[in-house]
Amino acid sequence: MSDGQRGKQKGSLLRNSGFQTILGSLLCIVIGLLVGYIVLLIINPQGAGKAIVAILKNFLYYPSAVAAKKYFGTTLVKASALLMCSLSVLFAWKVGLFNIGAAGQYVIGAGACLYCGLKFGMPWYLCLLAAIVAAALVGAVSGALKAYFNVNEVISCIMLNWIGLYVVNMLLTNVKEQTTPYTKPLTSTNKSALLPNIGLNKLFSNNDFVTIGLLLAVIAAFAIWILLEKTKFGYELKATGLNKNAAKYCGMREKTNIILTMMIAGGLAGLGSGIFYLTGIEQWMVQQTSVPAMGFNGIAAAFLGGSNPIGAIFASYFIQHITSGGTYVDKTMYCSQISDLISAFIIYLCGFVFFFKVRLNRYLDKRDERKGGGE
Amino acid sequence: MLLLIQYTLIFASVLTLVALGGCFSEHSGVINIGLEGIMVIGALGGALTMKYISAGSAAAVTILLVVLASIISGMIFSMLLGIAAIKFSADQTLVGTALNLLGPAIAVVLVRAVNTAESVDNVSSTVVYGQAKKAFLMNVGSFEFNWFMLIALLVLIASYIVLYKTKFGLRLCACGEHPQAADSVGINVYKMRYAGVLISGALGGLGGLVYITAGVSEWKFENGVAGFGFLALAVMIFGQWKPVNIGLTAMLFGMFRALSNVYMGFDALVALKLPSTIYNMLPYIISLVVLVFVSKKSRAPKAEGIPYDKGAR
Repeated sequence: MSDGQRGKQKGSLLRNSGFQTILGSLLCIVIGLLVGYIVLLIINPQGAGKAIVAILKNFLYYPSAVAAKKYFGTTLVKASALLMCSLSVLFAWKVGLFNIGAAGQYVIGAGACLYCGLKFGMPWYLCLLAAIVAAALVGAVSGALKAYFNVNEVISCIMLNWIGLYVVNMLLTNVKEQTTPYTKPLTSTNKSALLPNIGLNKLFSNNDFVTIGLLLAVIAAFAIWILLEKTKFGYELKATGLNKNAAKYCGMREKTNIILTMMIAGGLAGLGSGIFYLTGIEQWMVQQTSVPAMGFNGIAAAFLGGSNPIGAIFASYFIQHITSGGTYVDKTMYCSQISDLISAFIIYLCGFVFFFKVRLNRYLDKRDERKGGGE
Repeated sequence: MLLLIQYTLIFASVLTLVALGGCFSEHSGVINIGLEGIMVIGALGGALTMKYISAGSAAAVTILLVVLASIISGMIFSMLLGIAAIKFSADQTLVGTALNLLGPAIAVVLVRAVNTAESVDNVSSTVVYGQAKKAFLMNVGSFEFNWFMLIALLVLIASYIVLYKTKFGLRLCACGEHPQAADSVGINVYKMRYAGVLISGALGGLGGLVYITAGVSEWKFENGVAGFGFLALAVMIFGQWKPVNIGLTAMLFGMFRALSNVYMGFDALVALKLPSTIYNMLPYIISLVVLVFVSKKSRAPKAEGIPYDKGAR
């Protein structure tokens, strides 16, 4: 009976946990966008439809293919940094830690690579290394505080975010332009610190910000997936996250594991700021009074991607796509932060995905039961 | 010196209010990491009320309306956490973080919409409320007394009485320690947890209002509340979830925060020639150090962070 078989297959697809996660994430996106649309409607009903389309279109806003391709490249560069932040959050989450400090580690990484590039004239690979190491150390601080002093990692991370911001502002004041609050541009000060393009810029209408950073980010995503799913080390880390005491009982070094996790998470965020700032796409503003949103958006991307490294690739792109898209709304009526509101709401909705899965399974159980009774 | 005391008291009031809010929520069993976002929303409610209230209103009416506005907006916003965490068993850390991002985003979008509606060229996220703010201040000699200092003290005393001397408070604490046991003697755990979150929303919202009226007469909502919600959480942990200790800790932290505003007035500190950034960092560094010493023997409510499931054994 082909009909019944198809029904069974469909049932098993719906029961597939991965499929359920994707379904949940898509629901989050749809509801998130809907809420954004409603907010736009409340602010000004006339342009709401056009504004939400502008957010979704992002670079397609430009009629010429050349310009669209160029801005597609820029969105990709930003998305690659976001991907690293989301990997950082996701990796720690798998080990049972909430790395809200990705934002601060990202800031420290930015400070380290820009300082090395501008002050010491180091080449790009050393700058990148500096970003990773500095950010990993900050991560290690949160990890050590958690492991040895039981300090809640969320709170220590937040404190370190602010401390990091002020330290980096102070540090980069030494390499800023004389008349502006921005750091000197890498393109004129130290070209060797710029990441190589290896021809990728040609693909995006000569957008020089497109560098090997894109590839590094995607490679990192796969590496994290392999590390978590296919290695003994990853298994140990996840076991530590599930039950610290059980892991200790099994002879795993739970304290070291926690510190290592936060170090790796920090390093990932550091790499993220490295591949962003070493393209020369943005200069650091040394009077910043708030931590860049990249790390926080990383949380959104991590959970929207179902805390799976491969899912994070798509989720990061989506979050960056609407964040960049926010700049194209009609400024006489709305502001670009509407995208932040949408992505914040998407994180909120991600909290419901677990409940959604439980409900879906219960519904499927009931349906199967009814079917079983009928036969 | 007087200025230092004044700023210490006002910042301590903020921290006391918000930390007590967190205290109520955690005693009921819900971790409220979203206090920062709740503060922003409370501040937004208060600031907009101050902006639109007619200048001629009596001081008492102004105070009442503004305070009510911030409390109510804080409570409504906190329900986002309450519903997700209590009814839908969502991860409280995740939802709390979402609240922290959502709060400033809502505030910026709303304020900018209001500003742009007034004049198309105005794209700032600043609300100016200089006039209405004066209702909260009273000069005693050269000391600028702020009514919020008194409110914070009253809330502190009330919290102590409610938590330890009333049926409601003791039941609330039971829900955070052992919800199954509480349920077995007929306490509605869900209701108690909603109550805890609502109180934290009210106090968090009020705290946000106090923060933005401390010393300035306009607020740029892009800045949120600069991590004060998290400082309050550190105060709560250092105060070991006890109202009186929270009040004392808040004074200590408030002083460090106040130093960054007024250190220029002390010759000894100016002579150190430290960059002002150091003073900005100070509260965060101190709270990290403090957490190292107190977290080991933490007296956190035992069941906090765990969604209550009636059927669980």
